[in-house]
Amino acid sequence: MHEYSIVASLIDRVQQEAVAHGGTRVHRLHVKIGELAGVELDLLKTAFDTFREKTICDGAELAIDTVSAAWACPVCNRSFAKGAILRCDACGQPACMVRGDEIILERIEMEAPDV
Amino acid sequence: MCETCGCGDPEIVPIEVQARILSDNDAQAAHNRSHFEHLGVLAINLMGSPGAGKTAVLEATAKAAAGRLKLGAVSGDLATERDADRLNASGIVSSTITTGSACHLDARLVHHALHHFPSNESDIFFIENVGNLVCPAIYDLGQAANVVALSVTEGEDKPLKYPVMFQKADLVLLTKVDLIPHLDFDVAAVEDALSRVMPEARMLKVSARTGEGIDAWLKWLEERRPPRTGHRGHHDHHHAHDHPHEHAGDHPHEPH
Repeated sequence: MHEYSIVASLIDRVQQEAVAHGGTRVHRLHVKIGELAGVELDLLKTAFDTFREKTICDGAELAIDTVSAAWACPVCNRSFAKGAILRCDACGQPACMVRGDEIILERIEMEAPDV
Repeated sequence: MCETCGCGDPEIVPIEVQARILSDNDAQAAHNRSHFEHLGVLAINLMGSPGAGKTAVLEATAKAAAGRLKLGAVSGDLATERDADRLNASGIVSSTITTGSACHLDARLVHHALHHFPSNESDIFFIENVGNLVCPAIYDLGQAANVVALSVTEGEDKPLKYPVMFQKADLVLLTKVDLIPHLDFDVAAVEDALSRVMPEARMLKVSARTGEGIDAWLKWLEERRPPRTGHRGHHDHHHAHDHPHEHAGDHPHEPH
């Protein structure tokens, strides 16, 4: 249940950004979560709905953009099918993750009268 | 106020952030890493299910390394100090991080434990994480390497079921291999599963009970040890990086 600690960090960060930008009310958060980030999306939403109360995020919507995992050979750039052995047949090189482990706060939509 | 039509709706502005949500943990982990590197200590984050044999492997490691290497450990435990007691008895200087209901260690908990640790003379420092194949994988603690203990009684498919944990591993210790004759465990199947989630799949077969594989494990550790730095025995709190540094309040900072 580390989703609760992720949400606590998320709300802290939004609070900091709100202070920095004179934000008064947060309407929506856009986050990006990778398939291999180890984050369960339903738990993340439940944790957000629970923890947002009485914070700057009270009433805010959590918009989650999911990112599927992708691996490629660092030498020949060949991509790997899901579930494949993560070593390039041609080059013998171990695959590198191209995307899929993101846990990113992308954007905050907030009322900021001074911006 | 909406300036386009005067409708009275508040103006909503998008603030671009594009930052890792766990960036505070990352910064604390970088701080821990600079401590370890400054002291010339190899820090290992040892993860695995409850009952995978993490503590038993460390006990066997202590036995094999006795007189050669100084070992230290912190053990994450929800409720008890049993693991640290076992490790202290085996000759590893140890303390417990009691996590309460938290299912993983984070960099702040490890930092706090480091500042209260009885010794900074360790050659190798093990961070024995809370038994859990999910949550610990996503928190950087400042370790040099991640090691996952997987016991033969857990089944060959665990790497495929918990890909995040195994993808982050630098080494998998297949534990309790002395039990293989009594089980239908297929070593080739677990090697195949690992190769599909771990780009540089590396696995060592060990038995804490018989000592099988412990020498190979010690060799793997020795190969990763940083050069000794001569900074031990005193704590001047050097930082290789520059970020605000706040302690829990019980650690007075000496001026550099």
